[in-house]
Amino acid sequence: MLKIKRNHLYSIIVLTLLMVFLYWLNANRLQNGMLVSVLQKGVILALVAVSMNLLNGFTGLFSLGQAGFMSIGAYTTAILLIPVQNLDGVYYMNGVHPAIRAFKMMVASSPEFIQIIFPFIALLLGGLLAAFAAAIVGIAVLRLKSDYLAIATLGLSEIVRAIFSSPQFDQVTNGSYGLNKIPNFPPMLWGAIPSLITPFIVVSICIVFIVFLIKSSYGRAFKAIREDEIAAEAMGINLFKHKSMSFIISSFFSAIAGGLLAMYMRSIEAKTFSITLTYDILLIVVIGGIGSVTGSVLSAFLVTAAKEWWLRFFDQPLLIGSWQVPLFRTGFRMVIFSILLMIVVLIYRRGIMGTNEFSWDRILKRLKFKRSKEGGKK
Amino acid sequence: MSLLEIQDLKVCYGGIVALNGITFAVDEGKIITLIGANGAGKSTTLRSIMGLVPITSGTITYNGVKLNGMDTRKIVEMGLVLVPEGRRVFPNLTTLENLKIGGYLQDKAHEQQSLERVYELFPRLKERHWQLAGTLSGGEQQMLAVGRALMANPKMIMMDEPSLGLAPLVVKDIFSIIKRINEAGVTVLLIEQNANVALRTAHTGYVMETGNITLTGPGRELLENEEIKFAYLGKSK
Repeated sequence: MLKIKRNHLYSIIVLTLLMVFLYWLNANRLQNGMLVSVLQKGVILALVAVSMNLLNGFTGLFSLGQAGFMSIGAYTTAILLIPVQNLDGVYYMNGVHPAIRAFKMMVASSPEFIQIIFPFIALLLGGLLAAFAAAIVGIAVLRLKSDYLAIATLGLSEIVRAIFSSPQFDQVTNGSYGLNKIPNFPPMLWGAIPSLITPFIVVSICIVFIVFLIKSSYGRAFKAIREDEIAAEAMGINLFKHKSMSFIISSFFSAIAGGLLAMYMRSIEAKTFSITLTYDILLIVVIGGIGSVTGSVLSAFLVTAAKEWWLRFFDQPLLIGSWQVPLFRTGFRMVIFSILLMIVVLIYRRGIMGTNEFSWDRILKRLKFKRSKEGGKK
Repeated sequence: MSLLEIQDLKVCYGGIVALNGITFAVDEGKIITLIGANGAGKSTTLRSIMGLVPITSGTITYNGVKLNGMDTRKIVEMGLVLVPEGRRVFPNLTTLENLKIGGYLQDKAHEQQSLERVYELFPRLKERHWQLAGTLSGGEQQMLAVGRALMANPKMIMMDEPSLGLAPLVVKDIFSIIKRINEAGVTVLLIEQNANVALRTAHTGYVMETGNITLTGPGRELLENEEIKFAYLGKSK
């Protein structure tokens, strides 16, 4: 009992420090532009990675449809949130569908309270739409196994992308022109939480929900299905019900993350959600450890920071004296990044965290072990 | 009336006939064994009873209810559970998680009760409740597989070759546990290749050959049968 209390105390201290850090970052956001954008993108990708992990790592369904569901969330959020006065500017080629305009007028004239929470309603709607799509598609797709499921979901995600960029939907999705002028993250709690911190709060709530789900009896059933379908079925676990549940929930949170990504990028197009996005997320999941939520979160930040920030150095021409170092030019960081990835995968075969989760006990044990080792030397 | 009655059960995998119209019954509170060589259709019988394999024709009646085409979930809810062949514990889950999955259809209050009963029967599982099931020894895994099935609070438990790949001493342990489970009021349907131990333990035995039941009788009597001695017990005529 004492241990649990102690661990709670540590967690609360760390969370408080994180919040203090985020508020500090908010106050000094102008000097730390890169840090802010890396952390925001990292936290959004963390949510997708965790939701992908729920499906691939915990339920054992190898699905590659994440980008498709993200695009459903992103487009829904974007279409709902582009301000009325910007509509003509955004849909300058084909005009906007009258129904969308009418809906936006209605929202714009609604009471202030609704307008304040409307961005969150938009996120939720995007999530629900993706969940609904997953429920329908799941009936067909979830009968497939392993590689076949991966191929089917991959195709599915491409179909969604093709639909969004098709000329038939010009007046809704603006076809291949994409959508821009998407408002940034909204502040929460009447400004008590500034807009910079909003994605962190939203993602934390979602991840906490997923963690509770994994720890519940449903989560155990998911893991049982991953380990051995036949044995799980013999225990009375309804395979189809649990598989589609995992698929739907994973899609829901992917779409929420997609919506956040739209707010983060301020402009989206169908190409943003191509297969490579799914691969990026798969990479985060694998690096973090398939079957570890903390691993996914950790590696989302590490991968994003390495890719977008720490390795930027390799993209600029470098002069030592009058000698220009060869290879240092735009795009070279991706080569370095790929090499680093290979090294990481070779050293950590099962990802940074394996299937372990973060725990204070483990960290303290390690610290104590080190200390006693040093003590032994003396 | 028997607890489980199989009438003229026929199962085909594609064009191959796995069960060619078998009929047998399991009386409540007894240990019944099906013995037979590889490919005789023993496992198929259990799988078709659990609804894991579609039935071609015939009827399966459990406790007066027809099981044909019923969901496995419903069958487990009615108190009929299977310990699958080769143990099939969930290797990357802890012993405790494995047991909890066995009691998946139970509510929380019953779960704790069942857990205590299983721990009483297998103190070893309590000692190792935090350990990953894949790292348990073969005998412990078999105990876990049986314990997991008992978590569903069954009326009848079906076991598919519990002695598979275990040392003779461990097999002895497992069978004494099977007897204890039976004494606690659970009906047992046992499938075995190890005819010697199975027939010693069972009240009634059925001998299967290529999809048919060829011999029936009390366990002890079958043990004395010359044919069986020759075919399964390795004794010459």
